[in-house]
Amino acid sequence: MIAFAAQHFAPPRGEAPTDGPHEDRYRRALIDAAHPSGWRNPIPPDKYNLVVIGAGPGGLTAAREAAALGAKVALIERTLLGGGRLNVGCVPSKALIRTARLYAEMRDAENVGGQVPGSIGIDFRTVMQRMHRIQARLSRADSAERLTEAGVDVYFGEARFASSDTVAVGGVLLHFKKAIIATGARPLIPTIPGISACGFLTNENVFDLTECPQRLLVMGGGPLGCEMAQAFCRFGAHVIIAQDEPMFLPREERDAAQILADCLARDGVEVHLNTAVVGVRIEGARKVVDLDSGGETFSVSVDQIASGIGRAPNVEDLNLETAGVAYDTASGIGVDDFLRTSNPRIYAAGDVCLEYKFTHAAVASARIAVRNALFPGGKGWSGLTIPWCTYSDPEIAHVGLYVREAQQKGIPVRTFTILMHDVDRAVTDGEEDGFVKIHVRQGTDRILGATVVARHAGEMINGLSLAISSGIGLRALARVVHTYPTQAEAIKMVADAYNRTRLTPTLRSLSRRWIARN
Amino acid sequence: MADLFAQSDDDEALLDRFQRAAFAYFLEQFDPGTGLVADTSRPNAPASIAVVGFALSCYPVGVARGWMSRPDAVARVLTTLRFFQNSPQNEHPDAAGYNGFYYHFLDRQTGLRTWNSEVSVIDTTLLLAGMLTASTYFDAGTPAEREIRDLADALYCRVDWRWACGDELTARQGWKPEGGFLHYGWDGYDEAIILYVLALASPTHPLPPNSYDRWTETYQWENIYGLEFLFAGPLFIHQFSQAWIDFAGIQDRFMREKGSDYFENTQRATRVQREYACRNPFGFEGYGKDCWGITASQGPGPTTQKIDGRERRFLGYAARGVPYGPDDGTIGPCGTLASLPFAPELTLSALRHLCARYPEMICDSKLPGGFNPTRPGQSATGWVSDRYFGLDQGIVVLMIENYRSRMIWNLMRQCPYIGNGLRCAGFTGGWLK
Repeated sequence: MIAFAAQHFAPPRGEAPTDGPHEDRYRRALIDAAHPSGWRNPIPPDKYNLVVIGAGPGGLTAAREAAALGAKVALIERTLLGGGRLNVGCVPSKALIRTARLYAEMRDAENVGGQVPGSIGIDFRTVMQRMHRIQARLSRADSAERLTEAGVDVYFGEARFASSDTVAVGGVLLHFKKAIIATGARPLIPTIPGISACGFLTNENVFDLTECPQRLLVMGGGPLGCEMAQAFCRFGAHVIIAQDEPMFLPREERDAAQILADCLARDGVEVHLNTAVVGVRIEGARKVVDLDSGGETFSVSVDQIASGIGRAPNVEDLNLETAGVAYDTASGIGVDDFLRTSNPRIYAAGDVCLEYKFTHAAVASARIAVRNALFPGGKGWSGLTIPWCTYSDPEIAHVGLYVREAQQKGIPVRTFTILMHDVDRAVTDGEEDGFVKIHVRQGTDRILGATVVARHAGEMINGLSLAISSGIGLRALARVVHTYPTQAEAIKMVADAYNRTRLTPTLRSLSRRWIARN
Repeated sequence: MADLFAQSDDDEALLDRFQRAAFAYFLEQFDPGTGLVADTSRPNAPASIAVVGFALSCYPVGVARGWMSRPDAVARVLTTLRFFQNSPQNEHPDAAGYNGFYYHFLDRQTGLRTWNSEVSVIDTTLLLAGMLTASTYFDAGTPAEREIRDLADALYCRVDWRWACGDELTARQGWKPEGGFLHYGWDGYDEAIILYVLALASPTHPLPPNSYDRWTETYQWENIYGLEFLFAGPLFIHQFSQAWIDFAGIQDRFMREKGSDYFENTQRATRVQREYACRNPFGFEGYGKDCWGITASQGPGPTTQKIDGRERRFLGYAARGVPYGPDDGTIGPCGTLASLPFAPELTLSALRHLCARYPEMICDSKLPGGFNPTRPGQSATGWVSDRYFGLDQGIVVLMIENYRSRMIWNLMRQCPYIGNGLRCAGFTGGWLK
């Protein structure tokens, strides 16, 4: 999901990492795979078919796909292979969320008929150690060695375009026929008086914590902020979340945001909606945060401040002007539907050019960029169906159009909803918060979009994504036999609800008469 | 205390008692100096301008039912309208309002802003609805009743609806001198239809004609529990605008597209409420076919308590809703009773059940601001709110009256601003023909 430079966890740009005092063996294993010490960059050939800049999910996919297709490929990474997903994004955050969920379940044991012997203690170092172990394990799949075996020339160093068809790295010049920029994005830095002096956490350094803060203020109620707030609350921190909007996850449907707000509050998160952070200062050992809610100001005292206010594309230091690549520091590199930049030799993929900054979107866009860069006949990006998920508890997943988007396009919409509390497996699992909503074009069974709020919404949304991308309507979904009991059965129940509306009074009358006669 | 006679009353007698008890709130909580009415029965509670709107709408009911004399009602209305006409309107934080709108909460005696409240667009709307109800009802040629009509018209025309949009196309929820407009508008179906109707009909500062369509783009038509309706979670959203406007048989673009109308929609929303209570997914005490009404109400919180091994989190005053919540087991009984015109049989059955099952909750036929059988209290009823809310009592008076005689609906059909506003919003058919 997240691709950005691993500044805190990574060695200085272009240099091999060295062990720090807190590095454990898992960290060393990760770095051995993602940026081996003593690595020597290859001697470049006269010209590469493809040079890929950035070894996050998009860059790795592009390099591997191109190499598999027989292209001579260079992959340039300035810090660690794997990008944000592995180092400071989805992988560590989901590892933490798993442990946090376990603690929540232990506290909730009585509600599902269980008992936890004794008190529930939290060893934060063990939590973080598990996270590092998982990072190290997953790093092996895309290690420098593996990539080399796959036919990819791996370069570590700072990439800078030297012309429209050359890029410099580590003192050598790589000539290319085509290039793909996949440098990702990084956290936006909040512009709040005093915050730089006080220091703050982002996803780039939060995974380096060795102690769980006692009191944590989270700025921003987007996906990252909500995930962080819930996880640290479940680790025992007193978490305050300030969201400068009337609800969390402003893009999502308000009912989904309502359920999330309730669940955060139930976990013990101190929720402040319509509240902006307006100032930060240090008083003694604590950080004092000034908040403003509709003109009313108040202050809270915390140990740490975490920011989850958004992401900025990594477009600086690439010398894009020399390459003739147009960009914007806010929206990133400009691309057409074929992911081609203003330089027809150069394409872009992933967070550096996409509005939707997700790992799976980066991977999908990289595949399209490789295809369009190496072969004639372009494939468009806009035709793809991209689902996404916020990994709160419950998870909130969406695919396709929102109702508002459809109505703004003049498309009349009907929404069919099944509450998770009506799904047997959700009841037996004690996971009844949430719903499945499927939006169809009125008068048809064509699925326009769907939102799933459920413990495992991220898993469930994929079936709906398949239906949308394959043109499968609700009538067809209703004919698909689903296993019982599963939570995904909710999707079938939605389709059944649609089918019931097809039984008009006329049809019902005809049916009765037929049955009576036969 | 207990409503011992509920089972023996016929429906008409039962409703008359509850309606009159609710009406009494406005006589008890009226300030003779300003005409303002308290938000709640809690001692020293400030006035809510929306409650004043309900009060102004209830006085005609009181006159028609013989519960107050016409001169008394006229005097109360005049006191109120004169106060609003003369109260300070400026951008200072201690005024009574700004640009024709008023602060949500006013000190009952001084009439000035209190509780650091916002200039409220929807609460001003409900206040104006009350002013227009009174001005339409008091149609005699006497100087006093003429003054009512003149003042109500002037106060309505003074409201600058365009300002209330900020720089957006749709109305904002409010404004504060300390921070400007609250930075959110109305998202999804809610009680704001009457806001748009009055705002579009303004002869002086109307909203842009397309603002209503822009708002309805946020609607969501949902099939929940097998019932299709325009979704909103709290029951009051489905009721408030319909206290004044008869939506049966008239349709805007959205409802034409769906083949329904807002009256029918509230009927369905009421059935969804009942169905939710029957399913009772979170196992709250009391919920069932005759115990529903999840709406804006006062609850036992904020607090958490382990009850029967289950951690329960209770809210204070909150807009509760179904099926997505929040729901903490609190029933707003006035919301139940206000469903009367839309689901008479279900509502009467529920009212009789509440009277029989929770008699401690009902004092002198008056329904409290909420009760929660899940949270243990002094009786089997569980926790009961210690106060009455003006909004609750107002909606009960008006909805029972609309059920009994259609009085407010018929009256407001005669108000030209209502008809014009509906037409501007794209409503056609039914009584608008």
